[in-house]
Amino acid sequence: MSDDIQARVQKITVEHLDVDASKVEPKASFIDDLGADSLDIVELVMAFEEEFDIEIPDDAAETIQTVGDAINFIKERQS
Amino acid sequence: MLRRVVVTGMGLVTPLGSGTREKPWQQPWEALISGASGARRIDDKFDVSDLACQIGAPVPREGEGAFNPDDFVPPKEQRRVEDFIIYGMAAAEMALADSGLPLDTDEQQERTGVLVGSGIGGLEGIAETTQLLNEKGPRRVSPFFIPACLINLASGQISIKYGLKGPNHSVVTACATGVHAIGDAARLIALGDADAMVAGGAEAAICRIGYAGFLACKALTTSFNDNPTAASRPYDKDRDGFLMGEGAGVVILEEYEQAKARGAQIYGEVIGYGLSGDAYHITAPAEDGNGGYRAMEAAMKRAGVSPSEIGYVNAHGTSTPLGDEAELRAVERLFGDAAQGLVMSSTKSSVGHLLGAAGAIEAIYSLLAMKHGVAPATLNLDNPSVETPINLAPKTPVEKTIDCVLSNSFGFGGTNASIIMRKV
Repeated sequence: MSDDIQARVQKITVEHLDVDASKVEPKASFIDDLGADSLDIVELVMAFEEEFDIEIPDDAAETIQTVGDAINFIKERQS
Repeated sequence: MLRRVVVTGMGLVTPLGSGTREKPWQQPWEALISGASGARRIDDKFDVSDLACQIGAPVPREGEGAFNPDDFVPPKEQRRVEDFIIYGMAAAEMALADSGLPLDTDEQQERTGVLVGSGIGGLEGIAETTQLLNEKGPRRVSPFFIPACLINLASGQISIKYGLKGPNHSVVTACATGVHAIGDAARLIALGDADAMVAGGAEAAICRIGYAGFLACKALTTSFNDNPTAASRPYDKDRDGFLMGEGAGVVILEEYEQAKARGAQIYGEVIGYGLSGDAYHITAPAEDGNGGYRAMEAAMKRAGVSPSEIGYVNAHGTSTPLGDEAELRAVERLFGDAAQGLVMSSTKSSVGHLLGAAGAIEAIYSLLAMKHGVAPATLNLDNPSVETPINLAPKTPVEKTIDCVLSNSFGFGGTNASIIMRKV
């Protein structure tokens, strides 16, 4: 299940940020390593909400800075 | 003391094809002069079954002159801008390449600005996002929605891409946008606010809401759904409204001494620009063409030329029942004896009405008419609705030496603009 979440997060990130899949590893920072800006993050969070059918409140969204943060948040919400 | 301003680069994205970095206007111009029409049915674009107008002049995505957005804007970025911005960015890239404008130093970047307008900007994006909002709620609205649709983001995106840090401005004057953009940008250079400007208009309103809206104000052609290429017929007695086109035209304007010093190619000098308001009606032109008359008169006064010096007029001529004759009469009155033999045509007969981009592509057509010594034809002009001493170039281009051109654009709200350019 968690592998599945990781794969889906990776796929969405690749699609939205147009980055190489190999760079989308858990410790990668969306902004520093993957070239996202603040609007990209908003869009990414929206895409995660839609994909996993969850709600990510704004204050929680602000804590999601790396790919791993996103995976962990989604895991918690789904468990 | 006003500085002289010249055009040193041009780029076209039109219903008759798109230019490239290497050849920014050649194919679209040749197609225009060959008498081709960009009109076709648009069933593939959206559901037209309940629309009274089912035709348009979209930018071709296949065949000769096909426009490929990937050539100009990376796919990831395309999702974040509406099509009018993609067209504007593409035309700007062609025009910059054509001009060879140097942008290497901080000073060059700070002295170069952008003024690209649009009539209605991201209309389709606004319609689609409103539907999304109503169906799924505000949390599904993209952070890129507003910057994708805002009209001045064409100028914004172009400035960001090339580091152009001079005046960053935009024009929204409906169908007069393109001329206002070029005219205003030329003034910024003339007054010393910038040494070069990327200027023009971009439009992409061929969408369901665009058609429904223009149909509601009785502006679109409705009688030629089975014969699209006959629909745009300015001055003809069977004309019944405009054919909607889309695309972009962008020019590089440059201070004359700078352009000369660097040996730039010069297509022409912007010598006159005139603006006026009808103060009459929101969509209809004043029937005597008074507003257009005053715009042309102001441009001529600024240019210091007499009517007899103008060799070609690219008319606004949208193929609407009222507008064409109002403009024709205004030109006849203003030109007086010089109307006899004057060549004036409406290239909207070939590409339709590009709304906010129209004035820009028509200014480019005017410069190319001057360069090549040929005035494009008014297609479909079988039976003129009125007699005129003016040569409307019916169905066939007119070859002649042209040293000075005038181009008109008039818009909803009663806004009028005329621009005069001359060989250098």
